[in-house]
Amino acid sequence: MLDYIKGYLSSDVTPGQAGNIFWAFVYIMLVFVGLSVAVICMNWLERKILAHMQVRLGPMRVGPHGLLQPIADALKLLLKEDIMPAEADKLVFWTAPFMVVITAFTVFIVVPFGPTHAVTDMNIGILFMLGVSSLGVLGIVMAGWASNSHYPLIGALRSSAQMVSYEIAMGLAVIAAVLMTSLHGTGIYGTGTATDGTGTLSMIGIVQAQLAQETWFIFKFFPLGLIAFFIFAVAMVAETNRAPFDLPEAESELTAGFHTEYSGFRWSLFFLAEYSAMIAVSSIAVTLWLGGWLRPFPNYLSGDGWDGFFSIFPGFTFFILAAIALVGTRRMPKHPYFKIQTIGLGAFAGALALIGVILLIPPVRDRIQDIYWFSAKVAAFMYMYIWYRGTFPRYRFDQLMKVGWKVLLPMGIAVLVATAIVGVF
Amino acid sequence: MEPVATTFFFYFLSAVAIVGGIFVILRKNPVHSALALIMTLLALAGLYLMLYAPFVAGVQIILYAGGIMVLFLFVIMLVNLERNQKEEQFNKQWIAGLLAALALGGLFVFVYVKGNVLFPAQVFKVPEGENTQQIAVVLYRDYMFAFEIASLLLLVAIIGAVVMAKKRI
Repeated sequence: MLDYIKGYLSSDVTPGQAGNIFWAFVYIMLVFVGLSVAVICMNWLERKILAHMQVRLGPMRVGPHGLLQPIADALKLLLKEDIMPAEADKLVFWTAPFMVVITAFTVFIVVPFGPTHAVTDMNIGILFMLGVSSLGVLGIVMAGWASNSHYPLIGALRSSAQMVSYEIAMGLAVIAAVLMTSLHGTGIYGTGTATDGTGTLSMIGIVQAQLAQETWFIFKFFPLGLIAFFIFAVAMVAETNRAPFDLPEAESELTAGFHTEYSGFRWSLFFLAEYSAMIAVSSIAVTLWLGGWLRPFPNYLSGDGWDGFFSIFPGFTFFILAAIALVGTRRMPKHPYFKIQTIGLGAFAGALALIGVILLIPPVRDRIQDIYWFSAKVAAFMYMYIWYRGTFPRYRFDQLMKVGWKVLLPMGIAVLVATAIVGVF
Repeated sequence: MEPVATTFFFYFLSAVAIVGGIFVILRKNPVHSALALIMTLLALAGLYLMLYAPFVAGVQIILYAGGIMVLFLFVIMLVNLERNQKEEQFNKQWIAGLLAALALGGLFVFVYVKGNVLFPAQVFKVPEGENTQQIAVVLYRDYMFAFEIASLLLLVAIIGAVVMAKKRI
């Protein structure tokens, strides 16, 4: 048994490929827990960042700077009464949130957090991700229809029309990137090795192709990679029903769209699914165009010195976070009423600093590297999601359709053809 | 990696596919029928995976379950079906249906009895990891002409649909 567990550690493939059930289970649990923590953090960050963009304070009451607000919210949602409309289609109403949440979590099986840090690597990785995440819309449609109410139904119809439209543009952008894995380019420095003309759909394979060609695909065949990335970046916001494309849940028109009739725990499942779907599409974008787990300039700035320099980044990030928390502790009001909160924030700063120290220990440092760079890139996308929401006004539905079919789709086809032409000649 | 519990998964997926198929024709509510059809399609994707055809399985999920069925549901929800549900369901072609069912059943029994002779057991040679590449070679090199003809036919069908749907072009 112990040999079985230890045996995997010396291999250099993912647990799914090695066929090691124990480590596959451990990875699934880690991804699940990490994702839940990320969603909790996103909940707090979104409210705080939006508030600061609008010159408000945001949540301040529960815990110092509202840090415990997500936990309070989660408790509230779990304890709330679970209402099911009398005229609802019981079975479909009951299944819909699970359908959404299961598809949103299943896609993370193939997300490559590192060359070996994925649950498994599939030959059809990117196809699997797109396929399973497109099943999520079924859950939304089911939820809207089963509620047997007008607003949810309209929300569901909008959602399905929107997803089907933007999936095509998204697919074309993805194909352009997959095409780049097979085309011999020599990278922006002209030093990369040419690939043998066989492309790959595997998520890990795509990142390794970027390492071999010595360029992120966003910079390849400039500006073709950049345009494909732009198409994907627009389509992914529409796919996840987020502002400015949040018509299925436009609160000024449809109350809450497809989940109007959902409450308590079921509603929180929709919430969880929405945020993990956002993280999932961001990971697709990072894997396809931004070099996945690769640190900046893996070929140009290579050597032990640079490796050492980049490997202190994870720990250093946590030190910065700890410093911010420490400044917050210093600035807490001195009134005795805030004493417990001040101590709590100080302890939080200490915990962050401790994590930073742990991440600097050499064996941990080497293994955490790729996960850190991947998460950092995904985090940038998550910030952009919040930024969009704070900046752009919501589209009208006909404008949305026009952008999808008349702008993004022709652009996608043009980029695909141009990539093929540039790659062959 | 060798597949595990193959027999169990085969019977499980087949059962899901068959039960889903039966529900498609038994439910009065068209949305329920469509959802049962999705269940069948997903089970079929699982069966393709067991046949070492991951690409076909992925395409099955992304196109049928994720794309076409969403459009199905979209249309069903747009059309007012409350009246249809209350109407009595009838079938005037039950003799033809029965004959077709008997013929298909006879074919199934024939294959079950003579299956070992008709389809000798053999292991598929192409490794799992090259399935996509193999399909690409077959589709875009060996049978490229037929493939292009099929895509042209689809294009004609799309144009035809647009012409029929639009009163003034």
